[in-house]
Amino acid sequence: MPNMSMTKNPMPSQEPAVRAHNFFEVATGYSKETAIDEALRCLNCKNMPCVSGCPVKIHIPEFIAKIKEGEFEEAYQIISKSSSLPAVCGRVCPQESQCESKCVRGIKGEPVGIGRLERFVADWHNEHYNGTVQKPKSNGHKVAVIGSGPSGLTCAGDLAKKGYEVTVFEALHLAGGVLVYGIPEFRLPKKIVAKEVDTLKQLGVKVETNVVIGKTITIDELMNEMGFEAVFVGSGAGLPRFMNIPGESLKGVYSANEFLTRSNLMKAYNDDSHTPIMKGGKVAVVGGGNVAMDAARTALRLGADKVYIVYRRSMEELPARKEEVEHAIEEGIEFKLLNNPVKILGYNNPDDKRDAKNGCVIGMECVKMELGEPDEKGRRRPIEIEGSNFTLDLDTVIMAIGTSPNPLIKSTTEGLDVNSRGGIIVEENTGKTTKQGVYAGGDAVTGAATVILAMGAGKTAADAIDEYLSK
Amino acid sequence: MFEIVNKKELNPTVTMMDIKAPLVAKKAQAGQFIILRVDEDGERIPLTVAGYDREEGTVKIIFQIVGGTTERLNHKQKGDFIQDFVGPLGKETDVEGLKKVCIVGGGVGCAIALPVAQRLHKMGCEVHSIIGFRNKDLLILEDEFKEASDKLTIMTDDGSYGEKGLVTEPLKEALENGEKYDEVITIGPLIMMKFVVATTKPFDQKTTVSMNPIMIDGTGMCGGCRLTVGGETKFACVDGPDFDGFLVDFDEAMTRSVMYKDFERKEHEDACNLFKGVE
Repeated sequence: MPNMSMTKNPMPSQEPAVRAHNFFEVATGYSKETAIDEALRCLNCKNMPCVSGCPVKIHIPEFIAKIKEGEFEEAYQIISKSSSLPAVCGRVCPQESQCESKCVRGIKGEPVGIGRLERFVADWHNEHYNGTVQKPKSNGHKVAVIGSGPSGLTCAGDLAKKGYEVTVFEALHLAGGVLVYGIPEFRLPKKIVAKEVDTLKQLGVKVETNVVIGKTITIDELMNEMGFEAVFVGSGAGLPRFMNIPGESLKGVYSANEFLTRSNLMKAYNDDSHTPIMKGGKVAVVGGGNVAMDAARTALRLGADKVYIVYRRSMEELPARKEEVEHAIEEGIEFKLLNNPVKILGYNNPDDKRDAKNGCVIGMECVKMELGEPDEKGRRRPIEIEGSNFTLDLDTVIMAIGTSPNPLIKSTTEGLDVNSRGGIIVEENTGKTTKQGVYAGGDAVTGAATVILAMGAGKTAADAIDEYLSK
Repeated sequence: MFEIVNKKELNPTVTMMDIKAPLVAKKAQAGQFIILRVDEDGERIPLTVAGYDREEGTVKIIFQIVGGTTERLNHKQKGDFIQDFVGPLGKETDVEGLKKVCIVGGGVGCAIALPVAQRLHKMGCEVHSIIGFRNKDLLILEDEFKEASDKLTIMTDDGSYGEKGLVTEPLKEALENGEKYDEVITIGPLIMMKFVVATTKPFDQKTTVSMNPIMIDGTGMCGGCRLTVGGETKFACVDGPDFDGFLVDFDEAMTRSVMYKDFERKEHEDACNLFKGVE
């Protein structure tokens, strides 16, 4: 008998007042009993609407059916046929706008907690499964993957499973891309990413860190001198955007990328870290996406007295995942909605040019906004309310307003075309670029998007590369 | 891991190392930089390439011991390994078509200026070098500069070697005497570069400066190295490190460069004490 409860089993989590001061994972995960109970809410629909909402087409009702039977490892095997990173996706996917948005149970009540179940299965596997992954027999073809973020890892995993000899090149000193430098520990523990990378290595994937493609080695060298027959570019979004308002070079103004990289990758949240970061005081994060939520909640955990999210539209248009916004509010982050920064204010002591405080952020002037007519994307355009300017007292400002593509690969690869925004041009169904044998996916193509969309693109490209090299 | 194949103390605060890094050595050009981490959990620091040997697969770095990381690096010996070494990053110094250049280097910046001087010298460009140090004990690379320059002027703040005074003095004198260069290329402390630009500007003498701000990834991802150049925000790691000196906002760059001064001082002290304890 299905469980006809209208609501999901709640996710056990650390109390907001406790977690706001530590970097441990916020959500602690379902128990075996809760997972089975939640799985029983699935009606196992014949037409599987949920699968159509998944960018990597996980066989959702099938894996949930295995949970019902208590066959957790088998459930994992079903997921891993479609997804290379189940423990990651179960944590960071926007399920509410993907699989769960199509769930029949969601029509009247809450959908099945598919994401929570995926996470449970992946964690169960990581904890209980002792076997090693069998390295597939090589088919003799060499493929290079640029970037070890979600699209690159997915593409590498899928190709390795098909027998390709895959080398992943990573510019930083650690593999994982945005999963290690961007998404904080309290949302995605780094040991989970390390485990997923380790699984890929067992499949025979080589990971070369400290190599910047476009600088250390070019794509042409990979293909003409090093014997790679195809290349996948998953180099990520690249350069952080700023607002181009006065004061953005003051001390205490960060891009979200820099702030999060210092904390996540460089472990600045540890007291013994050798990498400095501004801690404490009053912090404003400008922007409303997941990155903004991550930056705000990181600032809070680093010891800020007060953290604001400053966003120029209203709660309705906020692009971040609902769960992240709820978590942020619970933790005490204040949302300054319909506000737009116009100027960042700095300290200046005219009597003492050597005053160490000179050039430090002391506040931000904002203007209030109202929503006008919808723009071409259907989002209501924010309009300034003249004369409504006010000042927020601050010590740190973090700009989380998106990124523009990195020019390094484009500028050193002849024949690789990009669009007007700098994104690499690809065929949608294959990830094929304008250069023979070169495929691309993820943020390098789309600009800042989600982990799962990048994984979907990595998967598509892996299939297309397989077809290209099988000819 | 990357092996230190050679280590030499150039003066009590400046050390030279050759690091085995064949991929970097194959591509490195004067003006580019690398990023290194001394050990696991270390911070990432940028250092400009001071030379390379493509056949041996080594890259030369010269660094001043200024903080915790450079202190830890200096404690490594020949045969030891450093954790990470990535590059070459940034754009190479644009030397195309230059026939006559004045190189102005200050302190450890001379280490970075040298490969530029050598490259220019090799392509037949007339090189006038002015290099400055606080005193005789801190002088580095004199012979190398002699070899790469058609004219070399050495300045010390206290007059203990060469001529007494700042690097801007002989530069100004040359310009006043009607000397015209295709370019003045200056590398050194921010305050020195600021005054070199102040010296050349009245003569409308084109001047290139090499910026070395705080960085993390070195590939454009973090934006920590941003500078204001001609009113626009530029990233030193991908747009530079060389910029038109007339356009750089030096006062802002100087403010940003000391953002973590207190943290750095503590790190340096910790690193020193730590090793004292070991001995």
